[in-house]
Amino acid sequence: MDQTRNQPSARKFLSWFIPVGRQAGGWAFALSRVTAIGLTFYLFLHLYVLRLLALGPGHYDEFLALTENPIIKFGEWAVVAAVFLHGFNGIRVVLTSFGIGVTRQKQLFYVFMIAAVLVILIFTARMY
Amino acid sequence: MAETWKITLRVYRQKENQESHFDDFQMDVNPDEYVLDAVERAWAFHDRSICFRHACHHSTCGACGMRVNGVEKLTCITSIRDVTHNGATLKVEPLRNFPVVSDLAVDMGSFYRKMEAVGARPVLPVTEAEIENPPSKWDPDDSQYLRLSDCLECGLCMSACPIMATTPEYLGPAPLAAAQDQGLRRKPELLSIVDCEDGVWRCHSAFECTAVCPSFVDPGRRIMNLRTQVVDIKLRKLFGKA
Repeated sequence: MDQTRNQPSARKFLSWFIPVGRQAGGWAFALSRVTAIGLTFYLFLHLYVLRLLALGPGHYDEFLALTENPIIKFGEWAVVAAVFLHGFNGIRVVLTSFGIGVTRQKQLFYVFMIAAVLVILIFTARMY
Repeated sequence: MAETWKITLRVYRQKENQESHFDDFQMDVNPDEYVLDAVERAWAFHDRSICFRHACHHSTCGACGMRVNGVEKLTCITSIRDVTHNGATLKVEPLRNFPVVSDLAVDMGSFYRKMEAVGARPVLPVTEAEIENPPSKWDPDDSQYLRLSDCLECGLCMSACPIMATTPEYLGPAPLAAAQDQGLRRKPELLSIVDCEDGVWRCHSAFECTAVCPSFVDPGRRIMNLRTQVVDIKLRKLFGKA
């Protein structure tokens, strides 16, 4: 084994999502990755569903009826929640990258997460 | 009379070509002793084959960095009271993102080579140092005085960084902080080293480096500042003002 370099591994990749013992920035990092992977998965699902349009209006209407299913509806809610959590967290990253609020990045994270949760709550009230 | 705690010191063990495991050592400690004292006691009275790095015992050499209960600490200045309690377990593991040489000792070679690549300064003129309450105006003669760089090269930031875990080629927090310390305008040759895929743009703003740094280098802030330096230089080049 090459002892001179760090070896990436699946275990190390999984450590991204286990921020035990980490501070706010580590939790923000983990949240960003989880939501990004979820949204990427949704993108492919979305494209798959859109292909139904090419098969005719009947197929698409059939799928739309499915969206009333509570599980599908929860999935839609989860997508919107992920968008807001990822987006607001992203604003924190952009600001700190431009040197804004770097020494207050923890507080920035808390403020943006509170804002995201508020928006999600408003969306939840309107959706249900 | 000094307070006494009974703790279980759980030490990560791994010798060449062997599976890793943990060894437990029961011991009485003064909670105001440091974690390194407990490791040394395990080595002195329980198992002389425990391998670990240590030297100065006063947070100058940066040799005794380990993970203590999962968090990167400089064990010579981490009191036992701050990381565990009476009757509990104190787990020590080697730093992450470095190959384990033996038990708690890791190979820091790649890290030192990166520090060398950016020309990290072990000492710097006092006029260029980030110090608390600096004089409003330095006397030109003061530049003859040197001070130790804040960075101990302990590697805690490299261990805590989640990007280092999956991208060994990433320059890492301490080398990027060392580049920022010198400044790209003063050392323009550093631009090509930091402005690349595995340089300053690879950081994903977890700020774990800043959280674990025992010497207040604040690598996270320095990386963000280095980004603005890179953008500034590139914009000046774009508009012909370099």
